[in-house]
Amino acid sequence: MPHSISTTVRRKDAVAKAAGTMEYLSDQFPVSPLHGKCYYSSIQRGLIESVSLPEVPEGYHILGADDVPGVNSLHMIIEDWPVFADKEVRYLGQIIFLIVGPEKDVILDIHRKIRVNYKEIPPCTTLEDSIALKGGVQHGEDNVFTRYDIHHGQVDPPFESAHRILEKEYYTGHQEHVYMEPQSLFAHWEDDSFILHASAQCPFYIRKSLVNALGMEPEKIRIIQTPTGGAFGGKEHFPDVLAGPLAVAVYKVKKPIKLVLDRKEDMAYSIKRHPSAIHIKTALDKEGKILAHDIDIRLDGGAYSSCSAVVLARAVFTVGNVYNIKNIRIAGRAFCTNKPPSDAFRGFGAPQAIFAMESHMNYLAYELGQDPLAFRQPYLMKQGDPTTTDGKIHEKVMLPEMTKRILEMSGYGKKYQDYKNIPYKGIGLSYFFHGSGFTGNGERDLIKARIYLKKDHNDHVYIYGSNVEMGQGISTTFCKVASKALDLPFEQVHFVEPDTEIVPDSGPTVASRSISVVGFLVQKAAEKLKKDWKSGEEQTIIQDYEAPTHMVPWDQNTLKGDAYPAYSWGVNVIEVEVDPITFEVNTKGIWGVYEMGVPIDRQIVEGQIIGGMVQALGYSYLEKLEFSDGRFRQATMSDYMIPTSMDFPSTKSAIVDNPFEYGAYGAKGAGEMVFDGAAPAFGAAVSQAVDTIIDEVPVLPETLMELTDEGR
Amino acid sequence: MKDGKIRFTLNGREVVYEDSPLRRLLDVLREDLGETGVKEGCGEGECGACSILLDGKLVNSCMVAMGTMEGKNLMTIEGLRETEQGKCIIDAFAEAGAVQCGFCIPGMVMAAQSVLQDSPHPSEQDIRKGISGNLCRCTGYDQIIQAVLTASEKGEGLW
Ligand code: FES
Ligand code: FES
Repeated sequence: MPHSISTTVRRKDAVAKAAGTMEYLSDQFPVSPLHGKCYYSSIQRGLIESVSLPEVPEGYHILGADDVPGVNSLHMIIEDWPVFADKEVRYLGQIIFLIVGPEKDVILDIHRKIRVNYKEIPPCTTLEDSIALKGGVQHGEDNVFTRYDIHHGQVDPPFESAHRILEKEYYTGHQEHVYMEPQSLFAHWEDDSFILHASAQCPFYIRKSLVNALGMEPEKIRIIQTPTGGAFGGKEHFPDVLAGPLAVAVYKVKKPIKLVLDRKEDMAYSIKRHPSAIHIKTALDKEGKILAHDIDIRLDGGAYSSCSAVVLARAVFTVGNVYNIKNIRIAGRAFCTNKPPSDAFRGFGAPQAIFAMESHMNYLAYELGQDPLAFRQPYLMKQGDPTTTDGKIHEKVMLPEMTKRILEMSGYGKKYQDYKNIPYKGIGLSYFFHGSGFTGNGERDLIKARIYLKKDHNDHVYIYGSNVEMGQGISTTFCKVASKALDLPFEQVHFVEPDTEIVPDSGPTVASRSISVVGFLVQKAAEKLKKDWKSGEEQTIIQDYEAPTHMVPWDQNTLKGDAYPAYSWGVNVIEVEVDPITFEVNTKGIWGVYEMGVPIDRQIVEGQIIGGMVQALGYSYLEKLEFSDGRFRQATMSDYMIPTSMDFPSTKSAIVDNPFEYGAYGAKGAGEMVFDGAAPAFGAAVSQAVDTIIDEVPVLPETLMELTDEGR
Repeated sequence: MKDGKIRFTLNGREVVYEDSPLRRLLDVLREDLGETGVKEGCGEGECGACSILLDGKLVNSCMVAMGTMEGKNLMTIEGLRETEQGKCIIDAFAEAGAVQCGFCIPGMVMAAQSVLQDSPHPSEQDIRKGISGNLCRCTGYDQIIQAVLTASEKGEGLW
């Protein structure tokens, strides 16, 4: 039975967005008294030996490290990223100065006249360079930002007794977010306080990152979120990096300043998805059964750690994927290199990990001469099975039903057989899961979400939290949850746009936690308010996070226990045809079946599915981002291809309900997992089409040409 | 362009422009005329967020210099949304849930208008082609295509 909460309503923001009346940051401040422009380092790595700054006209300023009133570092997870580069630069594009003033032309002229002399140091451009400590160590003692090692069962004995050992390495590339609205900030000073308007996912993250840099109390730093034109992780920490220099400038000049990146700057210097190299070694017995996996994950974290530690954690906790393998060892490291820092991007380490594991399962099946779908079946997780962190799968696992469904929808079985004999056609399937919320005890000990529900004397109810609407539909889904719990018309419930001065900290808009974790608080608060409802009176409810009691306790030292309270699950099928002359891949079909608890709004969730799968297909095939001589070769939107309406056919999807006890009306996370499965399914389809093993995304025609020439 | 003035029609009203002929139409629309429904996504003619109809044709306003505007007839989302056709498209976008972050959407609505002007009963492929100059990073396009089909159906006779 589909749940009534899933019935589609009209999004709260739909008409304003379609009619163009929704005001994004640069619409709210179309003209600004002062503009800011960053001066970026022009080399990848080196020491700043001297700088020469031009005289600036009255009203213009050049701000740098010396102007930082507090500590010259941004507080993210650790504090390694300076507000302004001071003695050293670690990537081409690191901010050294911010120029502010009234006229853009004059600013550009000042920009041209700044000279920085560097003593260059050989940069680390690859994981190998970083491991070899090329040019000397940059972070800690070994260039490793973070290391996570987990194991489950016994790994060495099965390898000693194995009948066969198969191993392979998988690679994924950088990806650019290309949120349509570039990074945008506007800041001013008012009564001893710093006020920042920002297109951002995490207003409280920005505030936290500025406390030490400005040397000010958090209460004197106010962050107001503006309607956010896409983010996908690209506005999780990166706004901090721009807010730092801007805050220093406003602190000094005490005038309003607007800082909006143009698309070129945004693409060149903003953070990207972590590239990965994942090695999987598998011990097999005589029958071809998997005895153990030994997995090594390396992520390219770029120049500063930002949230590499957390991305790595998710990659490590996800790489086992939906399979119950008795013995597994996973070592993960994130390395420092001289590239723009890698950071959050939809999926957050899971797409990389799942691409590797799913491609590896295909590889094993291929080597064993088995059907890839049948090969996977004995290992599919079931309720009660252990996880790689010795936690437990608590929910009923619906993978068998989902498999049946996707086979019917896509015609996979017959096509798979047919395409064995039809060259250049292929079909591929992938399984995946995605944990909801922060890893381990993150929600309980670090985030400690809180929301308010306020009712005015007209009996209108307002939801106060720090999770932002960035396209995913939260301003609608939160209201649906509250309106159902209160039994109040949807029109009478409102979502308040986050502003650190008026909303409590319900945590960042990340980790697929908004509906599952914070939405649940909205539901609980609304239930309380309903019980205590006093018509015509103002009322306020405060709701704090309470950890679910069903979990296997998490131990952060041993990394054992439930890494997540629940998982969302998915199966994807992709069908392709490869052009035998040009090796262009033509995607013929896209299917997805998902279990994400209960969808809070079917149409919104379908939008997430289609958008996520198409974005992931871009990652699989179109979105090439090559790094050479310190920069990305695809420097503009004309070189970096994101999918257009002509690149992929329409997506067919289905949703299977499986209510989660601790999620809003049974909901689990949806926004990220829809990205996880397309790349491996695409890789599998292309593998069949050209009869080779795809071990890398993006899959480029050049690579296919080479692979088939080698005749593998 | 006598007396250094440029005259054109914007959403049915006459505008006289006296500044530099080199400025981008996009900036003049946003900064001088307050038409902020026209967005800047790339500034290089790739994304379509700044789409407008110039003499009835879908054009990226970031690629148009003011010097070429004399005598032109211009429609932006601000104008389109006041028309029956515009209202129909906007309603169809809302019904199909064809908005996510919304930043590309005003441009998409302009593209939808252009598609429907050219063919009141477009096929899925016509629509895919017609909006292919407008990039959307959120939706994966299907719901947008559905919206255009819905507008075509419900707005029977409007185009
Ligand atoms: S801003 Fe004009 S096409 Fe992108
Ligand atoms: S809705 Fe976000 S870019 Fe289209």
